Amino acid sequence: MGEGIFLQVKGITKSFGGVMAVKDMSFEIARGEILGVIGPNGSGKTTLVNLITGFVKPDSGEVFFKHKKITGLPPHKIADLGVTRTFQIMRPYHSLPAFKNLIVPLNSPRIRRTRGGKLGDKDGVAIDILEEIGFERDAYVPYKIASSLPLGYLKRLELARCLALKPEVVICDEIFSGLSMSEISTMVPLIEKLQMEGMTIMMIEHRLRELFRLVNRVMVMNFGEKLAEGVPEEVMENKEVREAYLGTEAALC
Amino acid sequence: MNILIYGTVNSIIFALVAVGFTLVYGVSRLPNFAHGALYVLVGFLTWSMVNDFKLFYPFAILISLGISSLLGALIYRLVLIRLRGLPTSEIIASFAVGLIILEGLRLQGIGGFKGFIGPFYVLPSFIDAKIKIAGVLIDAQRLIVMLGGLAVVVSIWLFTHHTKTGLSLRAIAQDEQAAMMLGIDSDRAAIISLSIGSALAGLAAVIILPLGNVTAEAGYRILINALAVCIIGGLGSWAGAVLASFVLGFAMIISTALFGSVWESVVLVGAIILILIFKPSGLLGKQKELEERV
Amino acid sequence: MSRETSTIQRRKERLDRGIKVRTEGLYALTSWREMFYLLVPRTLLIFGLLLSPFFLEMYWQRVLCQAGIYALLALGFDFLAEYVGLVCLGGAFFIGSGAYLSGLLNAKLGWAPFFTIPIATVAGAVISTLVLLPCLRLRGIYFAIISFMFPLLTVYIIIALNIFGGTEGITALATFPNIWVDQYLILGGVIIALFALRRLVTEDIGLILRSIKDNDQAVKASGISITSYKTKAVFIAALLGCFGGAYLSHLYGWVGISQFALDYSILPIAATVMGGMGTLVGPVIGAFILTPLSEALRGFGQMRVVVYCLILIGFIVYKPEGLMNVLQRKYHQFEHWEEV
Repeated sequence: MGEGIFLQVKGITKSFGGVMAVKDMSFEIARGEILGVIGPNGSGKTTLVNLITGFVKPDSGEVFFKHKKITGLPPHKIADLGVTRTFQIMRPYHSLPAFKNLIVPLNSPRIRRTRGGKLGDKDGVAIDILEEIGFERDAYVPYKIASSLPLGYLKRLELARCLALKPEVVICDEIFSGLSMSEISTMVPLIEKLQMEGMTIMMIEHRLRELFRLVNRVMVMNFGEKLAEGVPEEVMENKEVREAYLGTEAALC
Repeated sequence: MNILIYGTVNSIIFALVAVGFTLVYGVSRLPNFAHGALYVLVGFLTWSMVNDFKLFYPFAILISLGISSLLGALIYRLVLIRLRGLPTSEIIASFAVGLIILEGLRLQGIGGFKGFIGPFYVLPSFIDAKIKIAGVLIDAQRLIVMLGGLAVVVSIWLFTHHTKTGLSLRAIAQDEQAAMMLGIDSDRAAIISLSIGSALAGLAAVIILPLGNVTAEAGYRILINALAVCIIGGLGSWAGAVLASFVLGFAMIISTALFGSVWESVVLVGAIILILIFKPSGLLGKQKELEERV
Repeated sequence: MSRETSTIQRRKERLDRGIKVRTEGLYALTSWREMFYLLVPRTLLIFGLLLSPFFLEMYWQRVLCQAGIYALLALGFDFLAEYVGLVCLGGAFFIGSGAYLSGLLNAKLGWAPFFTIPIATVAGAVISTLVLLPCLRLRGIYFAIISFMFPLLTVYIIIALNIFGGTEGITALATFPNIWVDQYLILGGVIIALFALRRLVTEDIGLILRSIKDNDQAVKASGISITSYKTKAVFIAALLGCFGGAYLSHLYGWVGISQFALDYSILPIAATVMGGMGTLVGPVIGAFILTPLSEALRGFGQMRVVVYCLILIGFIVYKPEGLMNVLQRKYHQFEHWEEV
């Protein structure tokens, strides 16, 4: 409580045409923490992301970032404050080289402010960011046309688009889904590195095993409500969680 | 009292004009920019059948309604079907079709066609009489407009809520992919919606036009009114369209009574700008907030 | 086995000679041949436009000026539709506001055309952008609908309130000193606008605009206000149209409600679709083809609008890529039959 709280969600609720997508959710994320959010399909995880980042307006409830209310702000303003997200459905700019995809965030007001207006060689900055996230410059991966990249790189490109903004909170919406084990195993250290650099991360994920290795805390959602919250081992002991989550998703891979 | 009665008539005129456009947009997401053109076309067809071919008036109306609904289906089958999913092209093409019809009506000197120009084309009233209601003298045609408009709105509601075709149209409107999986053909639904929409444009024409002249220029005015109603009511929302018709209808009658009829267009522009600024999705519109999975 | 000898099969092979030149601009400097290859189409276009007045009679020189105005509108339409995803059905609104502003400045304040044109261009663009601003926040077809309605409604308002000269318009405006100024002013405008826009769409702002068209959510999540970028784009397109309008008012020395006429909305669209959407050059060429055609049809009243629309539908349904894309392909690639 107090100083440690970075992002705080208070009693947020949203219904779509009578269906409660998110119901009275409250939780906090401390600075530098990784919070995992899990739950069966349709439990309202993506809606929660949309509510925090302003893509969907909540029916009631509030979100605070650094004790400042951000509910009601348009998405680009929230991103401008430093809360950014990846999308489950990636639509990169297909006909351009990968690094050109980062030109959009590099032109944002946030970057202009932090870099003092003189960014100079934007392409160079973009390539540096991509290299940091695993686009091997020596193999010319950052120069490849986006549509020719495999899914693993596209997911990283999506993450890179967020990181180019120099955010303080990154919300990753299922960045492991659809990836092979080896692709995930290269992504995990990447996220660990981000945390070491002081990034606060919220991860929505289905791949529990990889997620549990990363997160400090995990929160379980079902039918739009919070079912449990705590360290991974504790949460998985919870009987309700086992019934609601593991009962339906038999294969815990 | 005057304002109440004429406001109602005016509102129903708006609703009649807009309901066809809303139906098409609501079902198939096609903005039918040819709506106004079809309206005028039916007016001229009916006039021409009554005056040139000496057909019995109700017959003439029926035939021209048939033609307009066929034309609506043809527009989809020949042009729009090839452009589905390309919003830019859909808009441009339907706009162009509308212009061909409207300006084509004014063509002169091709094959002895004289072109419909000037204020000489008047459709006869259904019943030529004047009735006094609550101290206000009103002609029978305006009453017919009121009753006809109500009948159209009610029958569309019945059609879309209680017939199989109507229900499948609504299903397509709500979720195209899910509806297709349930065996509803979205092309067929679009054809049906366009032909019903076009017939509605025609129906509006034969009900409303006896109140004044038939001119090709009116096509633009009609389209603008229909679009204004749809934007104010919320694109694709039928209840919104009816509500917006009443808002606009009364706003116009009241502004005419207070400042004179010259301010009509100003009221229309003002209403659109206000709604776009304060409630962009329209009075009863629901904008899809996100395409992503909930 | 025996088939090999019995028939000689042929297949069409396609070679792309310009691929290196087009992907990396720098390599073009390495050989004269490649530079020549790149320069020819551009010089042909520029000199073609600049020299054309010398080969035309007085009447067709006027038509050339008209075509220039349409070309500017077509450029604006193409830019908005293909690079921002906004379909503007109301080019006439840009023309009208530019024309009326410069007309008013000239008639009421007595300013010379070389002051009224720049002022009317900028002020007209500001007004047009402000009017269209409320619908820029919305996705989908709102922009098309609103931009279609405004020119027509403005005409109704001008007639109803009898402002700005009502149906008569404003007459006896200053005209340009001679027909050469007429022509080179607009031709210069078209060439500058064309190359400036081509430059713009490859700059960062062009990239952002295209990203907005492709995936507006990712742009929002990148901390960029899409409304402000759309506003900038509409302003740019409006600048082109308003310049055309301001120029038009001094070309004929007259401003009237016909400057909101449908021709200014539909011909540029037809020219764009015919020339090839997204090429920017195509719309210009389309305008220079369609305008003389519409002049030739002037005797037939509304015939010309019907013809534009027929051309438009024909191209959009059967040849949606347009002339320019086909020409570019033919230029950059050559096909030949290879025996196999």
